[in-house]
Amino acid sequence: MTLRRATFAEAVAGEWIKIWTVRSTLWSMFSTVVVTVGLSSLLALAYTLSYDRLGFRARLAFDPVAYGLAGLNFGVITLGVLGVLAVSTEFSSGLMRTSLSAVPRRSRLLAAKAVVVAVIALVVGLISSFAAFFASQAVFSMRRLGAGIGDPEVLRAVTGGGLYLTLIALISLGAGAIVRHTAGAITSVLGVLFVAPIFGVFLPEDWGRTVQKFLPPAAGSAILTTRETPFTLPPWQGFGVFAGYTALVLVVAFVLFRRRDV
Amino acid sequence: MISASGLTKVYGGKTALDHADFTVRPGVVTGFLGPNGSGKSTAMRLILNLDRATSGSVTVNGRPYRDLPAPLREVGALLEAKAWHGGRSAYNHLRFLAGTNGIPRRRVREVLDVVGLHDVAAKRAKGYSLGMGQRLGIAAALLGDPAILMFDEPVNGLDPEGILWIRRLMQSLAAEGRTVFVSSHLMSEMALTAGHLIVIGRGRILADTPMADFVPASHVRVRSPDLAALARAVAAENWRARTTADALLVYGVTPADLGDLAYRHGIRVHELSPVHPSLEEAFMRLTAESVEFHGIDG
Repeated sequence: MTLRRATFAEAVAGEWIKIWTVRSTLWSMFSTVVVTVGLSSLLALAYTLSYDRLGFRARLAFDPVAYGLAGLNFGVITLGVLGVLAVSTEFSSGLMRTSLSAVPRRSRLLAAKAVVVAVIALVVGLISSFAAFFASQAVFSMRRLGAGIGDPEVLRAVTGGGLYLTLIALISLGAGAIVRHTAGAITSVLGVLFVAPIFGVFLPEDWGRTVQKFLPPAAGSAILTTRETPFTLPPWQGFGVFAGYTALVLVVAFVLFRRRDV
Repeated sequence: MISASGLTKVYGGKTALDHADFTVRPGVVTGFLGPNGSGKSTAMRLILNLDRATSGSVTVNGRPYRDLPAPLREVGALLEAKAWHGGRSAYNHLRFLAGTNGIPRRRVREVLDVVGLHDVAAKRAKGYSLGMGQRLGIAAALLGDPAILMFDEPVNGLDPEGILWIRRLMQSLAAEGRTVFVSSHLMSEMALTAGHLIVIGRGRILADTPMADFVPASHVRVRSPDLAALARAVAAENWRARTTADALLVYGVTPADLGDLAYRHGIRVHELSPVHPSLEEAFMRLTAESVEFHGIDG
């Protein structure tokens, strides 16, 4: 047999076609942008309108960039769903059997999925983050509260928003490969991101604050801040911690995906 | 060629496949026959490396499936259960599969024509009937023009016209020199399609034989109060025969031949009947034997 060996690039090409040929992809991309930009603008409006009633401390804690990107925390849901669906629907539909007959090297198939999901999440994440930033700063500037993209730390925070959403999509893809059921995987991702912080609340104050910083959502969203706060790690440090969680989930996902029957 | 040796799969304490040894060769439709739950699908999943063997091994063209350079160009498989996503059209399903193995795009249109799905190729697959879904699976199997084809219960959900079509398709693929491995629990279907047979029951390979050897030849059954004399007369004619408790089974003759012979020798005949053993009977006898064997074996 003198067949040309199928390549990783071809596996990626296959996944690329696959993700664009179901409706859920465009829907989750579209809703990510709408939700992040819309909620960021609304929250900015609420803050701006109530600014006069805020106390000194509240005004001091104000970070126009982090507040302006608050909507990204909801984009977490839609891009998380995109990441989960990329794997879980293959199990629920039975397509995984066909996919693995075409690309029997399991790590290659999952890696190809990760590449495609990461590229889409990065593009959508950056678009969302920049759009949310400019929209919210336009609102803040009604009271001269806004920041410019050229101000110190701002470009890092806004770009970081796109990177954070990319990691969210990847950690969700990992969860999809581990749990293999759409509802279960989405529940576990959202549970960790939105429910886990509750633990911090019930721990004694100093512990609670430290634990809170290292929990996934706080660590991941530290990259969005441009002011030091007692509640978050420094931006890149927090991002590094969250990248660590993502890597851990992906390692578990790859190990299980290689080992299990389909 | 597909070769399994000592292939075993245990799912949580239940042995689905028990030290199976078999070889599937090119140029003939090999039927994989067994009741539901006998291990057919398990064996096919192990061939494709979808499930991992507990022990033993199986190779395709001498290599484990996962080491094939471009698997879809060597093996095409129609799996038992639905194996596509309902939100994607047939065209896009095949397009992504082609993409993964460097198969030219025009081949997608070709196989859609072969299976007769071109009119609905742009529609989302969730609206397909069972038969259309089956045709999509067959299109995917044919996509890479592979020399080895596996079909797990291919006639499921097909209408009579579709059944005839897949039967002819499998036979023509085998006639082209390809390896065609088809599983079924329908013995009548196997009898019409397969030239070689691998019979499986309770995870064990019970027979691996040409179809002609598996199903006993047609014969004439004759009973007579003077069976011994009749047997001598038959032997004198050089006819192949076998004696049972109360009858003589004579091969390669018609009831008329045998009746005339008895008349010439003045032997009374009490029964004279043509027997055409079916694959079904052969299968039943085989599985009955295997059950007995189990009993003796403890």
